[in-house]
Amino acid sequence: MGKKNRFCGGVYVSDKYNAALKMKEPSEQVLQLSICSDPKGLHDVREQVERFVLDVGMGDEDCSNVVLAVDEALTNVIRHAYDGKPDQPIDITVVPMDGELSVIVRDYGKVADRSKIHSRDLDDVRPGGLGVHIMQQCMDSVEYLPAPEGGGTILVMTKNIQ
Amino acid sequence: MSKAPVTDIRWNDKTAIVDAAGEIDLHQSAVLQQQLLDVLDQKPDRMIINLANVSYMDSSGVASLVKLLSRTRKNGISLALAAPTKKVRAIFEITRLDSVFEIFDTEQEALA
Repeated sequence: MGKKNRFCGGVYVSDKYNAALKMKEPSEQVLQLSICSDPKGLHDVREQVERFVLDVGMGDEDCSNVVLAVDEALTNVIRHAYDGKPDQPIDITVVPMDGELSVIVRDYGKVADRSKIHSRDLDDVRPGGLGVHIMQQCMDSVEYLPAPEGGGTILVMTKNIQ
Repeated sequence: MSKAPVTDIRWNDKTAIVDAAGEIDLHQSAVLQQQLLDVLDQKPDRMIINLANVSYMDSSGVASLVKLLSRTRKNGISLALAAPTKKVRAIFEITRLDSVFEIFDTEQEALA
């Protein structure tokens, strides 16, 4: 039985995430969070993800990277998919399987144009636009999946568990 | 004493030493940015942001500091970051901004 936490009226789903990941069998150890798109909730998410990732055996540095990647993913969703609205649903699933940690972030907001999601030129020193680069640096893979039924975007990030 | 994320502003002659604290994420970054720009309005010759008590920072916090850097450069004011934790320093390294900001291990080194 996986851990399940609901901060407010988000949507609890798991099967479609498992399908998206083509998982054979979901691990018994799964963290699933349904939160609102309120920046005030980011601290709690970071704490829960950190505790979970340490529990599955990741080292401190890798754990920090996963937490930062999740934070950046949520920040992007709040700012871009929901235009800063604080009451919209976001689902987060963290699954360790076959030596790899998968993080899935699902929103129901404006569909991200995947062709425009990329790291920007870091030599251009200006505020903003660093989130995708940070996610790519912190994780082994970062992939935006086509919008499923219900709209929004699914972001899948993976990292080897050392 | 101001409310977090800026917890104190100390003056050493014309240098403003700003103590920041807590977790600088999307929730706190706009507040931090405004507090730092308010210090800039007091026209220091130099600003040092002491990050020793900042336990976490994401790209939102970094963006606030980049905005401040842009404003200080336009106004001919020197800006330095001091005493970041390993975790906070890492985000500057990941974004390669460690070569853009002056970052010192200690406040004393920044003041020297």
